[in-house]
Amino acid sequence: MDLTLKVWRQESSTSTGRFETYKVPGIKEDMSFLEMLDILNERLIEEGNEPLAFDSDCREGICGTCGIMINGQAHGPEKGTATCQLHMRKFHDGDEITLEPWRAAGFPVMKDLIVDRSPFDAIIEAGGFISADTGSAVDANIIPIPKAVADSSMDAAACIGCGACVAACPNSAAQLFTSAKLNSLNLLPQGQAQRWDRTVNMVHRMEEFFGTCTNHGECEEACPKEISIDFIAYMNRDYVKALRKNRKLAGQVFP
Amino acid sequence: MSNITLDSKTPSGPIETRWQNHKFSMNLVNPNNKRKFDVIVVGTGLAGASAAASLAQLGYKVKAFTFHDSPRRAHSIAAQGGINGAKNYKNDGDSVYRLFYDTVKGGDFRSRESNVYRLAEASVDIIDQCVAQGVPFAREYGGGLDNRSFGGSQVSRTFYARGQTGQQLLLGAYQALMEQVAKRTVELHTKTEMLDVVLKDGVACGIVTRDLSTGEVTSHGAHAVLLCTGGYSNAFYLSTNAMNCNVTAAWRAHRKGALFANPCYTQIHPTCIPASDEFQSKLTLMSESLRNDGRIWAPKNFDESRPAGQIPEDDRDYFLERKYPAFGNLVPRDVASRNAKTVVDEGKGVGPLKNGVNLDFSDAINRLGESTVRERYGNLFDMYERITGENPYQTPMRIYPATHYTMGGLWVDYNLMTNVPGLYALGEANFSDHGANRLGASALMQGLADGYFVAPYTIGDYLSGLLGQPAVSTDDPVFTQAEAEVNDDIKRWTSVNGTKSCDYYHRELGKIVWDQIGMARDKVGLEKAISEIPALREEFRANVRVLGTPDGINQSLEKVGRVDDFFELAELMARDALAREESCGGHFRVEHQTDEGEAKRDDENFAYVAAWQWQGGSTPQTVVKEPLEFEYVHLTQRSYK
Repeated sequence: MDLTLKVWRQESSTSTGRFETYKVPGIKEDMSFLEMLDILNERLIEEGNEPLAFDSDCREGICGTCGIMINGQAHGPEKGTATCQLHMRKFHDGDEITLEPWRAAGFPVMKDLIVDRSPFDAIIEAGGFISADTGSAVDANIIPIPKAVADSSMDAAACIGCGACVAACPNSAAQLFTSAKLNSLNLLPQGQAQRWDRTVNMVHRMEEFFGTCTNHGECEEACPKEISIDFIAYMNRDYVKALRKNRKLAGQVFP
Repeated sequence: MSNITLDSKTPSGPIETRWQNHKFSMNLVNPNNKRKFDVIVVGTGLAGASAAASLAQLGYKVKAFTFHDSPRRAHSIAAQGGINGAKNYKNDGDSVYRLFYDTVKGGDFRSRESNVYRLAEASVDIIDQCVAQGVPFAREYGGGLDNRSFGGSQVSRTFYARGQTGQQLLLGAYQALMEQVAKRTVELHTKTEMLDVVLKDGVACGIVTRDLSTGEVTSHGAHAVLLCTGGYSNAFYLSTNAMNCNVTAAWRAHRKGALFANPCYTQIHPTCIPASDEFQSKLTLMSESLRNDGRIWAPKNFDESRPAGQIPEDDRDYFLERKYPAFGNLVPRDVASRNAKTVVDEGKGVGPLKNGVNLDFSDAINRLGESTVRERYGNLFDMYERITGENPYQTPMRIYPATHYTMGGLWVDYNLMTNVPGLYALGEANFSDHGANRLGASALMQGLADGYFVAPYTIGDYLSGLLGQPAVSTDDPVFTQAEAEVNDDIKRWTSVNGTKSCDYYHRELGKIVWDQIGMARDKVGLEKAISEIPALREEFRANVRVLGTPDGINQSLEKVGRVDDFFELAELMARDALAREESCGGHFRVEHQTDEGEAKRDDENFAYVAAWQWQGGSTPQTVVKEPLEFEYVHLTQRSYK
């Protein structure tokens, strides 16, 4: 198939970007979307033009490195699929496809389609862990965990940290990411000791970088792991509880 | 270069007590003195993240480096199937000794017994550690941990988290690392690639890095340097490794004097999705847990044209079940892979390019119901369908082997230190525990054993001898010279201005490596590789085109140095494979096979580790041999009949 790509090009974080148009003929439907971009890059190099910078690594939909706005949709048209797992059979001969980086104030563009997602690491740093220094663990089977609880924790832990939820959100909110990371730990018995501090700290750190959730639900639609927005509700519940509990724990009376 | 003898520092005594006694005999660093030591950890996969977190918890000052934008993206994340742990929760006769025994035998008697025993011991603690961190392993309805049997094992000792075990274990280690980052005990450098190891008077004293966002080249000094930088499967170009996996850190250490051991031991994974054409950028692995319920077969007829579902039982050859009745579809990876290759080479392959064999779930679906199969493998089936456009609930999957893991790596002693004092290698980057073939669900185990439970002890022993000595200053001439060399390389690549892309040369290299140093090797092919690789490398160096500037993000520049290192490594792989006149595990020499076509070892002449020493580039490396002794697991021909 022959395609036309309208691609965002931007030299660096401080320069002004623009759309460039490229013709990409002879694409086969078994190719992945990123292999199509590999071919574009080979051609650009042959012509002496700098190749398009985009992130990708595992190309199996698990590392969360890739992420392109394709025709205005984070990761493109296929539900539950990261950009690297999207295949050209989802497109048609003659299509014009628009490619942009994630658009969010919390994710500044670094070059072409690459953005800086380090705020996600900052949210984890704020409390996205269970403190268990190496060597201090008890036998793994001492704490029985109901299967439903382990499954629910795993549903949340499946998040790959790609940032599609933020890119899809009209408010550039990171509630889906934060709630997935938070609940994967808050649901487990091992996560209880730090539950309330973790909740407050992660939510506050998130708010330093990202917008406010207004329940559009676009994040769940865009998520390549189809993580449920129910987790946002659980996070909100825990946040309200946490404010009260942390004051009690500190010996203060709830106003 | 001087001739060296290798001291593996392996303790003696009964194998059950070796690690315990070794730990006791090692020197400790007083808690108040630990903060006086700087440790550099390169790579933040399972080995790197677990080591960095554990060392920081102990009180060392850690600097961690990753070329990814976040430590969580390391390729450990893509491991699917599981992690072994000799817990014997299933009461099916498992034990530390059995895991040790299986691993030595599975590695085809080319690993160190002492290391493997320690690995099996640590496996138990790893499961405890990960559960404490909140890794959501699969559970049974009673709330206990679930286990499954995994490639080549007759006990159920594999812990798993759906098909995303590597992801969950890495997130556990990453989160432990980020906790230390928050405490300022770890200084984290993302998007920063190590380009050289720096030695002063033969001792590792730091690294030189390039900031991939700004292009800035910087030095970092430390008392010890840990390379946790993974394997070199991408020498094949097409492999299941992530696009950016590379050998650069290990290779630059090799060029500075660290020995590279057993480079020819590469593992081909049997259950990958066959390539669909020339444009393929990588291959996708599907967990071999699929072999627990899927049956592998090929048509009996060469000219079979019916769709798989319409081929009657009599016209199907379930070749693994036929040849290996005891293990059937669960034979070790190398055996499964070679048999698939034989079938495809005979012309009985399936799919449009006839480059695969069937992995059929129809019996499992009839026996267990579609919902159970979906629960066990749903995400893998979905992934297969996304890539191929075919529904594996209705038609068999097509699979073919692909390079997946490399057992070879930097030579290390029992303490995980290379022959360069102060330079360590952990996880897939070292050669130590898997011999010539790695068992399923053992890579995650080894990465975490090294990072959580081995290096944190053994490093103290080394550092205790350096008390009172500050780390070498980055103003020292050894650093300024190393930086200048890195800058010269960058200038050289950006000024070649040839005609072809870096990917073009990587692809061409990969074809040679796959054809001549792949699943089956022979003298003629290996000699061909040894003459073709340097010729292609010279063309690459003279004609590659790297556009753009070095002082910002430049992905071509990142690739070009990595591909250059793959060229040198691939040549060494061929030399190692040529020198090893036997077949063992993942190394199959066509000249050395039994009448039944199985790998034929030569224990009398080749029961050693081949550790190669760099001789300056223009002269080929020379080999240093570490003999292997087997006191507990008796040398036998592997048989999975």
